[in-house]
Order: sequence, then C-alpha cells, then structure tokens
Amino acid sequence: MTFRIGPRTSQIIAHIILLLMTIVTVIVLFFIIGYVFKNGFAQLSLEFLTDRTREMGKEGGILPSIIGTLFITVLAIIIATPLGVGSAVYLVEYTRGGLLRKIISFGADCLAGVPSIIFGLFGFIFFVIQLKLGWSILSGSLTLAVMIIPTIIRTSEEAIKAVPQSYREISYSLGGGKLDTILKVVLPTSLPGILTGVILGIGRAIGETAAVIFTAGSSLNMPTSVFSSTRTLAVHFYILAREGISMPKAYGTATVLIIIILFVNLVAYRLMHRFMAKYY
Amino acid sequence: MIVKTAHLNLYYGSFHALKDIDLSIKENLITGIIGPSGCGKSTLLRVFNRMNDLIQGVRITGAVLIDREDIHSPICDLILLRKKVGMVFQRPNAFPLSIFDNIAYGPRIWGITDKKTLRGIVERSLAAVDLFSVLKDRLKKSALSLSAEERQRLCIARLLAVEPEILLMDEPCSALDPIATGKIEELMLVLKQKYTIIIVTHNMQQAARIADEVGFMLLGELIEFDSAKKIFTNPSDKRTFDYISGRFG
Repeated sequence: MTFRIGPRTSQIIAHIILLLMTIVTVIVLFFIIGYVFKNGFAQLSLEFLTDRTREMGKEGGILPSIIGTLFITVLAIIIATPLGVGSAVYLVEYTRGGLLRKIISFGADCLAGVPSIIFGLFGFIFFVIQLKLGWSILSGSLTLAVMIIPTIIRTSEEAIKAVPQSYREISYSLGGGKLDTILKVVLPTSLPGILTGVILGIGRAIGETAAVIFTAGSSLNMPTSVFSSTRTLAVHFYILAREGISMPKAYGTATVLIIIILFVNLVAYRLMHRFMAKYY
Repeated sequence: MIVKTAHLNLYYGSFHALKDIDLSIKENLITGIIGPSGCGKSTLLRVFNRMNDLIQGVRITGAVLIDREDIHSPICDLILLRKKVGMVFQRPNAFPLSIFDNIAYGPRIWGITDKKTLRGIVERSLAAVDLFSVLKDRLKKSALSLSAEERQRLCIARLLAVEPEILLMDEPCSALDPIATGKIEELMLVLKQKYTIIIVTHNMQQAARIADEVGFMLLGELIEFDSAKKIFTNPSDKRTFDYISGRFG
C-alpha cells in the first residue's frame, strides 16, 4: 500500500513550511537588531554623537567616525554611480548584446561576489601605495567605488533592459537621436531600478570594514579633507570589540551605524516612491 | 505624389520581406495598407521613416522618394525625415512622464525651451486631437493615468507637436475597443485635411470606412493598389477578392 498525500493537504503543508521559513528569517533579523539595540541604546547621548573620540575610544564620542563614514560613502557613491550607470548604458544601448556585453556582465557578476577583503588588499596596493594616496578617505572611497560598481552596473543594466523597446522607437520616430533617447526616455524610465542598485551600493559601502581598514586607515582625528585618514563606524566597532577597549562603546557605535543605514534606506525608498507615484 | 517607391525590395538577412514594390501615395488622402499577418505591411510602413534601420541585418534596394527626395541617399537627414514623417504605433504608449512633458518631448528635442512657446504647442496639439478641453487642468498629471483611447490621442498629439507632414499609423486602433476605435477614425478624417495619412490595418472594415486608396499585400508583394471603392467592390486580382471576402487571412 502506498501512502499518498492529497492535493489539499500538500497545499496546507507547503503553506505552513513557507510561513515557518519566513518566521525564522524575520526572528533572526529582529533578534540581531534587537540585541545590538538593547546593548547599545543606553550609550546613545548627545555627547556620544557630537564629541571627539578620546582614549582610543574608551571615552568620548564617535563624531569623527560618523563624519568619516558619511564622507567615504558619499564620495564612493559619487564616483561609482556615473561610472556604473554609464557602463550599463553603453552595454545595453551600444553593444547590441554581443560577446563584449556577455563578457563584461559575467565579469561584473564575478566581481560582485569577490570578498571585500580582496578589494581592500587591491586598494591598499594600488591606491595607497602605487598612487601614493596614503591611508585616506580618497583611497577608501576609490576602493569602495571599485567594489560597488559591479552591483550598480548589473542592476542598472537590468533596469535599462526592462525599458520597453517601443519607448525608444517612439523617441526615434519623433526625430530624437540616440543621446536624446537615452537621456530623456531610457534613464528617467529606468531610474527606480537604477536607484535600487545605488541603494544596494550604499548599503554595502556604509557598513564595509575589510575594504576600508586597509585603505582609509584607522585614525581617530576629525577628517578635514579627502586626504585625511579616517576610521569608519564599522572599523571603529571592529577595533573596539577586537581589542577589548570598550564593549558598551562598541555596541553604541553599532547602534548608530544601524540607525544610519535604516535612515538612508528610508529616505531612498521615500524618494523612489515619490518618483514612482508621480509617473507610474 | 508625396510618397513614391520604385522596385523596393527589403531583406531581413536572407528573408525577402518586401518584393519589388511600386507604389504612389497622394497628398491629403488616407491610404490603407491591408493584408494578412506577416505580409509585410508594417515593414513597408516602417520603410517610410526608416524605422527598419534599428533592426540589424536589414537590406533595402530600390528607391523610396518622399517629396521627390530619396530617403536612402547619404545627403538625406534622417532626423529631419523622421520629423516630417511621424509614426503612431499599435500600442498607445505614453512615456511615463506628465501629459505636458509627453507632448513637449518632440519640440524640446528640436531645441524649443521657451515655456510659453511650449505651452502653446502643447495646447494646440491637444486641441487638434480634441483632448484639450478634457485635460487642460491635468497637464501635470501622469500620462499613464489616461484611458487607452485618450492615450492613443495623446500619442497622436505628441506626434503633431513636431509638425509632421505624413502620419504613418501602424494598426493604431488594435488595442482599443470599438467605440474608441470609432472616435480615432473620426479624428483621422479630420486630420487628413492637413496631413497625408498611411494606415496599416488588419481590419478591412476600418480600411473601407476611412481609406481613400487601399493597397493589398500578400507575402511581401503589393498585389493590388487602387481606390478603396474599387478594391472593396470590384478588385482586379482574385487574391484580393479572396481576402476581402474572407476566404483567408
């Protein structure tokens, strides 16, 4: 005698399994954030957010790291976005899906999966030593930019490919050239998708540790220019915890980092939503 | 004769899509091109504004003259050609922009930036397709909020804004219901006073209702080209007769 499950039962079982998987994922996520917040929230104070770091981080605040993190991330995005979006436009609009596009897409996929410490090492050898940029915000940003460009290229490429061919035909039929079509039709239409890639890039850059510890250094001084060395929040957290300097301060730093990431995502999605609501 | 072709042949790679087409289209008339799917009628239409250039592996021989100018000659300005010969597509595809920006798209490409001039063009173009009174307070709204018929009218208005002379219409009503179709047809009868219209349609009744002259195409050949009355009442070729009487297609 064979045992068979009826279609109704299997539906219910599948539903339950999927629900359980979702619950587990959400619990793990909230547990991590909750755990960090529980340990770090007490540390948050005006002084912690606005004071210089003293005694290697045992005392004082984390303002230099907050500024350094934002500085490095913004600069990395400013460098990576035009390069990544430009490459994606070239790949989709100018190569007609040939071998070149396949090779570059494959390369970008591989690069997106390379561990960040490899990028850190590359940044150290190339930007810090070869180009003599030293441990600096600039070196860190360039390294992060190299690291997130593949992500931006791939997401932008998909977004641009998704623009209906008919939009391009309409633009051409109205006398538009290739550049008009790209600037006025293709990019605005694919903007939500491109922004998604940029947001993913920001997420990767802002919390990155390995790639910046080798390239931006770990100075606790207030950054004054792109040539200052700085210690990002993630690196600060790592050093505080690794060297046992102060666990409470480490959790405080982690809490601030998580809040910044949440805030950046919130703003980005709001912007995207507002754009979509207007035209879609 | 505003459009004339002589021994026009078109190949997609090795596929012979248009075979030796000789055709003359008169000014300020509606010329319908009918025929079963895959007969090459859309391909023929896309010859006139060189839309086939976008497809790889297309080869064209023979002459296509518009206003006595060979559109494939190296001195022909493709951009000017497309301004003169505008196209309305099958799907009422508005850009995901505001109504105003949709219509201002063409003029802006042509370098018009003055707000008042643009506004004038948008208003006149909308009025020409009978949409201005309905939409005058909603110009900043997304064009995607309009109904399919309104969107197709908007697409026609967007085209009129670049002041074309010839309107190519590639099954402009196939995504619309019968009532909307009727309204677009009425609009076409008004527009023909100012423009030359070439319409591709698989809907024979539509061709009979609005076209002055009709060409019947089959397997890449232009079988017969004559006045609509002659084609639909007394065609010379048996294949035309078989098609219009519904034997195939």
